[in-house]
Amino acid sequence: MANKLIREIGLPKSIANIFAARNIVTAKDALSLTEFELMELLDVGWAEVTSAVAHISAIVCPPYQSALSLMEQRVQNEHLAGHLPTRLKGLDEALCGGIPFGVLTELVGPAGIGKTQFCLKLSLLASLPSSYGGLDGHVIYIDVESKFSSRRLIEIGAKSFPEIFLTKGMAQKMSGRILVWRPASLSEFTERLQQIKVSLHRNEVKLLVIDSMAALVSGEYEQGIPRQHPLGWHVSFIKSLAEFSRIPIVVTNQVRSQSRDEACQFSFQVQRWKETKEDQARYGSHLVAALGVHWAHAVTIRLVLEAKSGQRFLKVSKSPISPPLAFPFDITASGMSLLSDDGIDLTGPDINAIRSQGHSDIINFTGESLQ
Amino acid sequence: MEVGRLPISASQRGKLISAGYTTLSSLSSLSPSDLALGAQTAWDMLHEDEMFPRITTSCLDLDNVLGGGINCKEVTEIGGVPGIGKTQLGIQLAVNVQIPVDYGGLGAKAIYIDTEGSFMVERVLQIAEACIEDMTECNGLLRKDFQAGQLKMHPNNILENIFYFRVCSYTEQIALTNYLDKFISEHKDVKVVIVDSVTFHFRQDFDDMALRTRLLSGIALKLMKLAKEHGLAVVLLNQVTTKYIEGSFQLTLALGDSWSHSCTNRVILYWNGNERYAYIDKSPSLRSASAPYSVTSKGIRNSASNCKRIRMM
Repeated sequence: MANKLIREIGLPKSIANIFAARNIVTAKDALSLTEFELMELLDVGWAEVTSAVAHISAIVCPPYQSALSLMEQRVQNEHLAGHLPTRLKGLDEALCGGIPFGVLTELVGPAGIGKTQFCLKLSLLASLPSSYGGLDGHVIYIDVESKFSSRRLIEIGAKSFPEIFLTKGMAQKMSGRILVWRPASLSEFTERLQQIKVSLHRNEVKLLVIDSMAALVSGEYEQGIPRQHPLGWHVSFIKSLAEFSRIPIVVTNQVRSQSRDEACQFSFQVQRWKETKEDQARYGSHLVAALGVHWAHAVTIRLVLEAKSGQRFLKVSKSPISPPLAFPFDITASGMSLLSDDGIDLTGPDINAIRSQGHSDIINFTGESLQ
Repeated sequence: MEVGRLPISASQRGKLISAGYTTLSSLSSLSPSDLALGAQTAWDMLHEDEMFPRITTSCLDLDNVLGGGINCKEVTEIGGVPGIGKTQLGIQLAVNVQIPVDYGGLGAKAIYIDTEGSFMVERVLQIAEACIEDMTECNGLLRKDFQAGQLKMHPNNILENIFYFRVCSYTEQIALTNYLDKFISEHKDVKVVIVDSVTFHFRQDFDDMALRTRLLSGIALKLMKLAKEHGLAVVLLNQVTTKYIEGSFQLTLALGDSWSHSCTNRVILYWNGNERYAYIDKSPSLRSASAPYSVTSKGIRNSASNCKRIRMM
């Protein structure tokens, strides 16, 4: 809507011509200037400028609907009430049915904890026929680090849904619905994303998985505190993709060590600075999610996978529809399975902490940071 | 146009021009009190303030530090880290503005402007149901005569009265801000406008930061005018960013220093140990104080801890 052409908006001829003469072609050009600047640029009076801006605004402005009609549209008419069930009972209950459509769900955790395993399972679930609780659709799996394993996918399928997978030809059909793509660089990814938007409708894609988002950026800029947001455009684009096609988008993220000076408090909180740092050391959590705070704001649901004293936990760390809960889990032949469907309530720093204690990949029993 | 060349700030110039003073000659014959036309005496304002009720947040401590709730006629900015409860508070206010007058509310409608796609209808339904439950309970406890009017509200009524706009770019955000005046003139019972979040589209690689500042201050001015003219509350939700202050990196609300002057009231939501707290960072009439609150399945409620008290800073 921002790129709507001024000449198509239906302004009075005289003012429309002036806009064109001054090279203000789209609504975005016009609205990016304040009324005062427009007056100067177009050399017209205040009343004319405000009425033109009001006209443009009324056309470019998005339509409204009541929350009730939104609910009727989504929850009542959509497949499975707008959620992709994960078959993990505790998690599905916490998320009001499963991974929600239309928003970004992030999986973050240390290496080897089970993020890709979870993504493989979700891809399978999306491709299953509706009679088995799936979305009966295609999946686009963007595999940045070449971690996708079709053998593992079939193994998970065969162990979790033997009735389907042992039927002749079904394994091929299901895995045939999952399209794996390996972008070589961020720019290739950017280009391809725009094509994906077009093919989403045509190919009946019901799930998009990006594994992992952090890997796309990691080669692209230097370490340290990122200045701008290299993924700024991508975040916006992917979110709008999710919303307009009403599909779930699952993105995985890596962790990085927290640097000494990392901000964690507001200026009016200064007195507890030192104690907070000590608390953190005691919690044994010196890991934070990569991609920064802008990304953390942008994702709608954040699922943290961590290892605490050797036991893996799946935490619902950020979710508008669920309280913060942790579920212990294990990775088995049939994918991820929860050891308990009753989530453990979390409060305070526990919610966002990412630990990897006793996790075989990163050895860190005493909580000292590794240099 | 001579006012354009005066050595004053862009926003002051904007104000003069929008009041119709475009040339120096039009200004020269005026005295300061003439320019202040359209101003009110402080006494009148005090009376007006008392007429406008506040919107409750459903958390008593938070309402107390806010002077009773979110003030209509003003712009309140609420910011915090991801997951602290900004959207939850936004949804709670959109529901609470609809509490009938008989129950101490405004019996009004809400506009919810979603720039991030974080408005989840399932949650709105949950909060609406809990609000009606609380009111029905209150009905049972306090009112002896049912003829005074039993609560006939249904959660769907509450959802019906929230006007939802989904904004996908900063251009649409500006266009909507311009259009709101017309919309609200046609829907006079709207008493709260929530923007969740005002930041999102302005954080995407704006090459010209000066332009961003100008556009944001334009939006802030228009929203303040809207709040004042229609007597409604404007609530802007903001995100955080990090800033290097006094030798260390600290959290601060996004959108920069000039923006921090634009809103009348500023509330920061933060974690204090295991509890969520709200801090009144800036307000012309409230003192700096913190209050604990919690987010439950029913929405925003009082903090569960026993030793809750309001901390004065």
